[in-house]
Amino acid sequence: MSADHGHGGGRRHPGLAEGLSLSEPALRLLAMEELLVEKGVIGGDDVRRVMDVIAARSPADGARVVARAWTDPAFKLRLLEDPRAALAEVGYPVASGAVLSVVENTEAVHHLVVCTLCSCYPTSLLGPPPDWYKSFAYRSRAVADPRGVMREFGLEVDEAVEVRVVDSAADLRYMVLPRRPEGTEGMAEEDLVALVTRDSLVGVGAPNPPAAES
Amino acid sequence: MGGAPGEDPIDRSEHRLMEWERRTGALVDVLREKRLINTDELRRGIEAIPADEYRRLGYYERWSSSLEALLVEKELLTTQEIGRRATVVGERWG
Repeated sequence: MSADHGHGGGRRHPGLAEGLSLSEPALRLLAMEELLVEKGVIGGDDVRRVMDVIAARSPADGARVVARAWTDPAFKLRLLEDPRAALAEVGYPVASGAVLSVVENTEAVHHLVVCTLCSCYPTSLLGPPPDWYKSFAYRSRAVADPRGVMREFGLEVDEAVEVRVVDSAADLRYMVLPRRPEGTEGMAEEDLVALVTRDSLVGVGAPNPPAAES
Repeated sequence: MGGAPGEDPIDRSEHRLMEWERRTGALVDVLREKRLINTDELRRGIEAIPADEYRRLGYYERWSSSLEALLVEKELLTTQEIGRRATVVGERWG
């Protein structure tokens, strides 16, 4: 193979730098991509372009939306009633064909998000799902024993609070609007963003408390 | 799988996706954009993997398996040419 071969030249080892050998399904995936480019089914830059888009997504986007909802009651109402329109308003378009539902945690109700079937997750707003979200253990136990699962994540939900488990699907994905932590009444929207954890957007965690006044 | 009896603790460790795993996610998105495959087909392909193999394969390995079945079914690629090219790719990166 020549050094200037269109697919080998200058590309990083697809198994990361540690010299990990690639499994057969990994090699077959890379083979499919090359063949699809050669046949003109996809463009040569398509995969890289989308990888960059995916890499730019993170739970920070969801955190910004939550902080806005905490500080702007009218926005919060729009977010709960018509998430697509509210998110577009702040610059996060939701892909057509998929519905994002935002569920609000309150004093009375706590939501926990799972995808029992596979791994549906609001990636456009939170980035790719964590490994545990895709695991058998989480997918089976989140519906059977949600309080036990949350306890494993360090979240104890008071017995008086109703726990609702919402099951994501390809056409309907959920994000939790967590409760605003106590002691944050005077905080500005941009400072609140930092308190919103990824786990709190899935319901397995709570937002961080505000840093103690020094 | 949801609700299936299980007592296993949840492994909360997270791994940084490997380059090929990120390429897989992106390739599937590109093919979805072009309306060559859709999410439901991809899931059908994943559900069609026999249970023991499903458990053995990693998350994106299942995607690879499903995607291959779909591309062959749609006559965009053949199993043989994917196999031949995979050997070449393996020699290049191995």
